Amino acid sequence: MSVPPGVTPKDFSDAIKRWQEALGAEWVFTSDEDIDLYRDPYSPVWHEQEEPIASAAVAPDGVEQIQAVVRIANQYKIPLWTISTGKNLGYGGSAPLLGGSVVLDLKRMNRVLEVNDKNHYALVEPGVSYFDLYRYIQDHKLKVWIDPPDPGWGSPMGNSLERGGGYTPMHDHFDAVCGMEVVLPDGELMRTGMGALPGAKTWQQYKYGFGPYIQGAFSQSSLGIVTKMGVWLYPEPEAYLLGTVMVWKRNDVIPLVEIFTELVSSGTMRGCTTVASPLWLGLPDPELDTLRAGGSVTAMEEYGRRKGIPYWSIPLPFYGPAKVVAAQWEYAKKKCSSIPGVTFQDGPSYRFPLNADDLAKVRDPVQIGIPSLQIFGLLPPQSRGHIGFSPIVPMDGQALIDAFSLFDSIHRELGWGRAVLTTLTSFPRAIVIIDLFPVEKDVEKNRKMRELYRRLIKEAAARGWGEYRTHTTFMGDISNTYSFNNHALRRFHETVKDAVDPNGILSPGKCGIWPKRMRKAEA
Amino acid sequence: MAALAVVSLILASAAFAAPPDQEQIERGHKVYDKWCFPCHGSGQGRPGTASLAARGQKPAVLEERTDLTAPTIKQFVRHGVLFMPTFRKTEISDADLDAIAAYLTRNNKP
Repeated sequence: MSVPPGVTPKDFSDAIKRWQEALGAEWVFTSDEDIDLYRDPYSPVWHEQEEPIASAAVAPDGVEQIQAVVRIANQYKIPLWTISTGKNLGYGGSAPLLGGSVVLDLKRMNRVLEVNDKNHYALVEPGVSYFDLYRYIQDHKLKVWIDPPDPGWGSPMGNSLERGGGYTPMHDHFDAVCGMEVVLPDGELMRTGMGALPGAKTWQQYKYGFGPYIQGAFSQSSLGIVTKMGVWLYPEPEAYLLGTVMVWKRNDVIPLVEIFTELVSSGTMRGCTTVASPLWLGLPDPELDTLRAGGSVTAMEEYGRRKGIPYWSIPLPFYGPAKVVAAQWEYAKKKCSSIPGVTFQDGPSYRFPLNADDLAKVRDPVQIGIPSLQIFGLLPPQSRGHIGFSPIVPMDGQALIDAFSLFDSIHRELGWGRAVLTTLTSFPRAIVIIDLFPVEKDVEKNRKMRELYRRLIKEAAARGWGEYRTHTTFMGDISNTYSFNNHALRRFHETVKDAVDPNGILSPGKCGIWPKRMRKAEA
Repeated sequence: MAALAVVSLILASAAFAAPPDQEQIERGHKVYDKWCFPCHGSGQGRPGTASLAARGQKPAVLEERTDLTAPTIKQFVRHGVLFMPTFRKTEISDADLDAIAAYLTRNNKP
């Protein structure tokens, strides 16, 4: 067992004993075998000296136990790293950012406290997974949908706080958060929004309460431990309809995205989708690879026409009354018909509720609020994990052409071959590029992967594209790119951090924000 | 030598373990359904099953296997393999893991 940085072995031993008294010895993990379970299986620094390994893990089962953990950590200045379900693979899993931190594992707090299918919200604890919440809703025959991200084993709370996304109209997860209960770094308990009003009847219905809106301070942050969170749900719609728009020339993406943006901004299309290039995502083909590496745009377009592969496509998911979704899709087709050569594909479509046979046939269950793990099926069978580079670019066709070309050329220049690039429209006015590549249990391969990742960060930032979220290994790199006015934003975050968490015990280094006593070490 | 000792231990535990009782198997079935089925079940969209099938493992659905041993199952759950991550004791307790092992070895021939 290692010792947290700056903590004496005696102090750490004393803290462990006190945590054991507070939680029960069974829920304080100190053996190498147990601590090994908190390593990040998708770590880009696996088995390297810089791999951050926890010194211990503690697993409270209630708010009072969390408060006790925090107070003890404060006394000995022991850094804690909070996880909810710990399945944030590709972003750090259940491992801390700072080696030697004690993982505060909230998985045992897995109670669904309320689901309201009249006002469409849930109140959950951190350890509740999307699978758990879905099962609860099914068991109680409630007419609401959750909005799962691709892997369903994550937590609605953790995913929302990390500003993840799903696919239904509730796909912007942090936007769907309404009301939090938070243990502050000194152990005090606070409720946000209407939760600050004793006996409030609208904690999960009105986000803002009174005064400065503080919920955002707890997303991607190290200012508190969220112990309860309200999340808005989607009333089960009458129908779902997917229609796909396909265009066949590279520059068609410019008018296509312009029309798409209007559909999104007007609320005509409220699901999350992808602006994808099937030509860029297509299966490996030596002819296509040669064309992508140096062929002309015309030759690529000709290849696509010959093979029946559109240059760009957007699947448009519509949710709501059957007549409305049909009309929305007709409207989208009418708008897109202004693009010469555009083609359309109808379906699938569903009417709800689905029976068991129809449910089993659904190809992409997350699209209709059903959690799944099938996204891992996109990985090669021998995959050991993945990591994603995910910058935010404008919702603009030319930006997509520029970004795809740039990232592909960087992949090739550094010897990675073609990049597999796609996008998600998780947020209302911008697009997230998704550039996935493998992590390995191989030090040299991972070193090269980090070189690629850091080059992508640098080149993207030089063009005004910044990442929305990243693995703990790269949080400092990303934070460094948000540097307007000599890092004024980070300096502000540090001022707040030092005021709220003067001993710097909560998640040091999270998103590049270090407490005062560790700031030199970080620099 | 250490490796030999471990192998002997695994073989011994597989050969001489008492058959699990029905209650333990039923508990294991529930835990399996919660934690393992989404990846290792039958039907479409089960990446664990697809990965095992692609690597020639037959049958690829874990519930249909009759050659798994409790130590092997525990090794995979606690250490992961390929893109399957580790599972912590706050997710699957040692007792639940014993139950999963009982369920997945229920059809093994003595």
